[in-house]
Amino acid sequence: MSEAGQNSTEKAVVFESVCLRFDEQVVLDDLSFELEHGATKVLLGVAGSGKTTILKLALGLLCPDKGRIFVLGNEVTAMRETELFELRRRIGIVFQESALFDSQSVEDNVAFRLLEEKVPAEEIQRRVTEALRFVELEHTLKLFPAELSGGMRRRVAIARAIISNPEVLLYDSPTAGLDPVTSTTIIELLVKQRDVYKTSALLVTHRLQDAFTMATHYFNPEKNKMLPVPRGWDWDSKTTFLVLNEGKKVFEGDATEIANSDNQYIQEYLTL
Amino acid sequence: MAFSITEYAKNNVLAVQEYSILSWRGLANLFSQPRYLGDIVQQMDTIGVGSLPIVVLTGFFTGAVLALQSANSLARFGELSLTGQLVSMSMVRELGPVLTGLMVAGRNASGMASELGSMKVTEQIDAMRALGTDPSRKLVTPRLTATMFMLFFLTILSDLLGLAGGSVIALLLLRLDLNQYWTSAWQTLRYADVFMGLVKPVLFGYIIATIGCYYGLSAKGGTQGVGRATTQAVVASSVLILAVDLFVTRLLMVLMGPL
Repeated sequence: MSEAGQNSTEKAVVFESVCLRFDEQVVLDDLSFELEHGATKVLLGVAGSGKTTILKLALGLLCPDKGRIFVLGNEVTAMRETELFELRRRIGIVFQESALFDSQSVEDNVAFRLLEEKVPAEEIQRRVTEALRFVELEHTLKLFPAELSGGMRRRVAIARAIISNPEVLLYDSPTAGLDPVTSTTIIELLVKQRDVYKTSALLVTHRLQDAFTMATHYFNPEKNKMLPVPRGWDWDSKTTFLVLNEGKKVFEGDATEIANSDNQYIQEYLTL
Repeated sequence: MAFSITEYAKNNVLAVQEYSILSWRGLANLFSQPRYLGDIVQQMDTIGVGSLPIVVLTGFFTGAVLALQSANSLARFGELSLTGQLVSMSMVRELGPVLTGLMVAGRNASGMASELGSMKVTEQIDAMRALGTDPSRKLVTPRLTATMFMLFFLTILSDLLGLAGGSVIALLLLRLDLNQYWTSAWQTLRYADVFMGLVKPVLFGYIIATIGCYYGLSAKGGTQGVGRATTQAVVASSVLILAVDLFVTRLLMVLMGPL
């Protein structure tokens, strides 16, 4: 058994030499990486570099042509669709376009997983309110997704993803197309989830700014807000970066390493 | 990209395979947990109660025109009194199930394809799978169960309304005795006729729901793709209903002897 296979139970997510192509186009080429429990890995890259595909592969929504994927100790690539439903209940995902159920109210969207698990009504009510309070949208309970702004929809999607306290969270460009203020609100939620609940996460983004904010900020529960890590603090944000180009990994490391990288592609990417 | 006959054949075989798996799972899900009874009842309301007006109108006018046309032919042989018999046999064995099936296909196969198609292109189906819920269980099985169940009763209603339509024509235009019309319509029906007329809607319901859901769940290419899926669902289900009708009629004739 390979090293990744042996370590798979100790890691939240493991990709082992994953290859995927759609027709003639190579989407992922021999990609390997590991995500520790409680850590966040930011997947960076230009549009079409295979970032979203990684999240779909981790959930088993897509199947790779080659390679193995482990999530929470389970080999996703060897599981049948019916077995995957159990595992997926332990993972939360926020889709790029939110993918809320548009014929259901915000309340039903957020409660979806709890309703499926036949949780008692009072508990559903309490947990939905709690999740919506986390994203500061308690007042939208009875509204429908079409009545919300783009940023609000993303926050409802975050509430839907975190309601069952997942062990791994997958964020697909949660700030894409949003104004800077809303983007910061969403990144603050991600930092809060990371620092308060210690959830492992894969964050896909093409906004470098968001990635650096994640790495250089922490959540202060007393002040209930995200603050920059002061100089001299011995603080590990547990946030690392993985840069993709045309399906290949070109960089993996922390914020300091990416800033000091002499890789030409990384330098070009950082100055874009 | 150049047209390749191999690719074309592969895609078609794949489509048949995916349709077969979906329609099998749609039924098999009924025999294991979880079952979505609430969704089944909701779909019964949408499909069954929602289709009532068109089924009532279609049944009534079909029966009426059938009486009118058959009376025209029967009068040539001086057998006008057989009108009730002819309307009854045609409605119960053939026109009731087929026309109700076609009407429900037009209304609900399109509805299912567009609803599920919109969910597919806006990633809602992926979201459902990602939330640990099987779309075939939550979306397909309730639609399948509801269509098969409700089409059965809609067909009975359509048959009855067809006979009523025929009786109106018999009374007002043909000046036939109503009692005679209904008695001959009733007495001509045998168990085998009714059986044939009630097996068909169950099969047609299966076709409508599985085709509607299949085209919806395989929609791609944005709103245009949803439109395409909707049209294809109506066309495919209608053609399949007519084709299956022929084979089922023949099969039942062989199984139950000459009718």
